[in-house]
Amino acid sequence: MPEPIVSISGLTKTYASGHQALKRIDLEINRGEIFALLGPNGAGKTTLISIVCGIVTPSSGAITADGHDVLSDYRDARMKIGLVPQELHTDMWETVWATVNFSRGLFARAPDPAYVEKILKDLSLWEKRKDTINTLSGGMKRRVMIAKALSHEPRILFLDEPTAGVDVELRRDMWNLVRALRQSGVTIILTTHYIDEAEEMADRIGVINKGELILVEEKAALMKKLGKKRLTLQLQERMEAVPPELADWNLALKADGLELEYSFDSNSENTGIPALLRRLLELGIGYRDLNTQQSSLEDIFVSLVSGQRGQS
Amino acid sequence: MSAPAFNRHAVWAIYRFEISRALRTIWQSLATPAITTSLYFVVFGAAIGSRMTSVDGVSYGAFIVPGLIMLSLFTESIFNASFGIYFPKFTGTIYELLSAPVSAMETVLAYVGAAATKSVVLGLVILLVASFFVPIRVEHPFAMVALLILVAATFSLFGFIIGVLANSFEQIQIIPMLVVTPLTFLGGAFYSISMLPPGWRTVTLFNPVVYLISGFRWSFYGTSDVGIGFSLGATLGFFVLCLGIVIWIFKTGYRLKT
Repeated sequence: MPEPIVSISGLTKTYASGHQALKRIDLEINRGEIFALLGPNGAGKTTLISIVCGIVTPSSGAITADGHDVLSDYRDARMKIGLVPQELHTDMWETVWATVNFSRGLFARAPDPAYVEKILKDLSLWEKRKDTINTLSGGMKRRVMIAKALSHEPRILFLDEPTAGVDVELRRDMWNLVRALRQSGVTIILTTHYIDEAEEMADRIGVINKGELILVEEKAALMKKLGKKRLTLQLQERMEAVPPELADWNLALKADGLELEYSFDSNSENTGIPALLRRLLELGIGYRDLNTQQSSLEDIFVSLVSGQRGQS
Repeated sequence: MSAPAFNRHAVWAIYRFEISRALRTIWQSLATPAITTSLYFVVFGAAIGSRMTSVDGVSYGAFIVPGLIMLSLFTESIFNASFGIYFPKFTGTIYELLSAPVSAMETVLAYVGAAATKSVVLGLVILLVASFFVPIRVEHPFAMVALLILVAATFSLFGFIIGVLANSFEQIQIIPMLVVTPLTFLGGAFYSISMLPPGWRTVTLFNPVVYLISGFRWSFYGTSDVGIGFSLGATLGFFVLCLGIVIWIFKTGYRLKT
């Protein structure tokens, strides 16, 4: 059992307006993993992150970060945590160099120009260090936000929608950066509503909706579950029933006998497709077209979220 | 590495940030009060002052110097400190302060310290400008500097409270404009309250600003409307009151966090 670096238990949050943002969250983040928190807008992702980081006070529940309670032992807990917020909130008239060093000081670290230089170089910001932030592009500003969050050498990094509204190239860069950070031992928790991002990056995935965690699973296990593929054959002639010669494949007739559907496990060595096609040829069953479909994280996400919507 | 009991790096980072913010606009920050003060001296010192008799043995132009410094000190301290904490709230950059291992008292120390520093420098600049127009003597220089610092710290603390509670820039400006400036004008900045008829003199004694200006003027010319001990007590009292309010605000988590 891996040791959790962040432990959240019985967490709830009801805002003064009466809005219940988090119903009851229990979650453990493993040391060194990339955890993706997936959910639609307004699901409670940002509230959850903000509470762990100390920006929002919880209504009830307990949270520890690297063994430190985030409320009673907030100094030690917060020194371990870095946060890259969703919005590009930063001081527009400061230079890149000044603002990153400011963040380091704020998080109780003694000045270390060599370390800050390394971060800026890693993020391709070194050339821009003397520029004021208002002169930077949106992508560069986001890099500055990351540099600020990393300036105090955190062990846990929260990325709130890191690639919302960034171009494809920067998105790739961001993903590579996150992987490199994980390599250096930083635990990463990112929120996203891009499924492919979670699929690409995460070790584990949590799905949150309406303030409730409705699923937490290893990505690999999740993908395995989702690994079902469907082969659909569009027949030349209508078929009344599946011929007994094809019983081995467990086929289903669809579209009034005009389509044959075959479900198979895409992860297995032998999908059975070549044999099926051969047998169809032998039986003289003609088909006009064929296609395969894979259920994606998106499918399960949509079904989970809409299922929950149906309940309430 | 475990967290220190006092986050001096954070206090220094915020302090430096606030000071560098002022340095970016150094000419506006200093030229504005320098010009305003010069205007006061042209009007009150040269034009009107030349027709006035001296007050408590001091020429009118010199008499108004401590009051003018106090007037600027009050408004600039409040403005600097309230703007310093309100602006991050307004732009959203406050997220970083809230997520940092910084205690409420460290936050106050850094913001109020920076605002007070700016005000003290400003007070000294006004004093310098004034010395070009009128002969000034400072009988109790240590007391003068001490009062300058104490008043700057007190009103910066007051400004910090306004900045934390404010929801708009209008709210930040309203207290200096509607409360502090009138109280200062009526608090003996431009006259000795002994010039007032007895009834009004009693009313004036309820104005806390009277004690601040009077005490400060005493450090210059050795004369005052009220006793210096009383002045000092009133200033300290206001300081402690503001400090208490700040502590209460943070204890209840008021306004900065949701």
